[in-house]
Amino acid sequence: MKGKCWKFGNNIDTDAIIPARYLNTTDIKELASHCMEDADPNFMKKAKKGDIIVGGDNFGCGSSREHAPISIKAAGISCVIAKSFARIFFRNAINIGLPIFECPDAVGQIREGDEAEVNLSTGEILDHASKKRFKFEPFPPEMQEIIQAGGLMNFVKKKMGGN
Amino acid sequence: MGMTITEKIIAAHAGLKEARPGQFVYANVDMCLGNDITAPIAIEEFEKAGIQKVFDPDKIALVPDHFTPNKDIKSAQQAKTLREFAEKHHLKHYFEIGRMGIEHALLPEKGIVAPGDLVIGADSHTCTYGALGAFSTGVGSTDLAACFATGKVWLKVPESIKFVFHGKVRNWTSGKDLILYTIGKIGVDGALYKAMEFVGSAISTLPIDDRFSICNMAIEAGAKSGIIASDEITEEYIKGRVKKKHVTYHSDPDSVYTKTYEFNADEISPQIALPNLPSNTKPVEDVAGIKIDQVIIGSCTNGRISDLRVAAQFLKGKKVHPSLRVIIIPATQDIYKQALKEGLIETFIDAEAVVSTPTCGPCLGGHMGILAAGERALSTTNRNFVGRMGHPTSEIYLCSPAVAAASAITGMITPPDKV
Repeated sequence: MKGKCWKFGNNIDTDAIIPARYLNTTDIKELASHCMEDADPNFMKKAKKGDIIVGGDNFGCGSSREHAPISIKAAGISCVIAKSFARIFFRNAINIGLPIFECPDAVGQIREGDEAEVNLSTGEILDHASKKRFKFEPFPPEMQEIIQAGGLMNFVKKKMGGN
Repeated sequence: MGMTITEKIIAAHAGLKEARPGQFVYANVDMCLGNDITAPIAIEEFEKAGIQKVFDPDKIALVPDHFTPNKDIKSAQQAKTLREFAEKHHLKHYFEIGRMGIEHALLPEKGIVAPGDLVIGADSHTCTYGALGAFSTGVGSTDLAACFATGKVWLKVPESIKFVFHGKVRNWTSGKDLILYTIGKIGVDGALYKAMEFVGSAISTLPIDDRFSICNMAIEAGAKSGIIASDEITEEYIKGRVKKKHVTYHSDPDSVYTKTYEFNADEISPQIALPNLPSNTKPVEDVAGIKIDQVIIGSCTNGRISDLRVAAQFLKGKKVHPSLRVIIIPATQDIYKQALKEGLIETFIDAEAVVSTPTCGPCLGGHMGILAAGERALSTTNRNFVGRMGHPTSEIYLCSPAVAAASAITGMITPPDKV
């Protein structure tokens, strides 16, 4: 995963990621077109496929709407790096296969517009502008199982099939 | 080492003797819930996976309450998705318009949640049922789809934080004020991933509706759940509602908490959360005089009968201030009917407030009271994020029904004892 970073502050809530006025649809293209709209109305005009969202503390707080990580994923954002994630957003991202990384040090260093790269095998985030590398904690094995299955429903299907 | 009430409930539902913070479990679910926003995605995922049968048609609740009665064609389509799925799978707890209420007021009212239960819901305010001594937490749509299939949820056992409220709540201070005060002290991520356990003399004398308001807003501190162990007040509430056998749990005296906060309830006055975070709280006296354009009394936080009674106490024989509009939303049909019987609805209409059928509506900027650019609402709901109730430049101030009703008369934020 490699892309240009777009920085956001602390407590970016799900109403800012995808406002409720657009929740009368499950169409992922439409959800993507409004991604981050109330945090930055021009976000979708600026962001390109593969770009990275960098948030502060408690990213994705508020409602349980899975439309939030869905809109980010469908917008082509490759991953979200934050100091911390709100818990329902966190589990939704794991469940639908949107890569997310908790890494306060990287968030502190990365500036808007920097190019960053996430290396899953080494567990590192590289900020190309400063050439600094930051370690992130791997997910616990049970969550990795869900991620490796390609999301929770695939994991469930595998388990049910196995039974 | 003892266990907290939360650890005990999770252990019991995961088939374990013990559950400790950080442990990863697959727990059996007593009830899972979805609404007209979250369930359509769950249903799509469930069907896409090609699973034919739900795990138990009696343990799934579908409540179309957010954009209903349908606000537009797309919302109607989403509600239809729920209706058809409920019919196809013979779901016992599907609530059509006319029987529908705001989910977190409705499920306890219908006796669908019992003390000791483990409940998940694809709605962040599912934590409300902690007020009955249940472990209850919000999840996403895919979690709900997986639960439709398996009856299970993946959970990391949370650490617990204890909140002790000493003394007794003051006149015009409510459960809503205690939780706003708490969130103001610890911040919107002050209980991230944790279980908030509420105890103390002020809690043990607190009516059930106030307890629902407290646990309802645990998510606003980032918590996984909020919980109050069941007692005589809980038993009194569930009498005649809960038909199934249930187990009550209590924390052991030697259970472990990551933190304990002690507050004196006597010192807490009615609170206001200023835009744009629920943690941005101040005592109402400090912000009195701020002019408002709209008052909302309702939601899963404060749309219960005791909330309407408090509002009516202020509005009886008065008129709402000509500079604003007041929208009152009983949370369920039963609450609506009870309010009619008690003459509360007549009081509201005489006061020139609007009374709506149950809906989440304006709380999330859905319908029934959207704000224009720059408008300011005083609301008994639970979130005051940017654009939550309408235009991104509109503002929301959160408060209790007493503050909302007192301010409705004056047209500006007003402490209840000043009316």
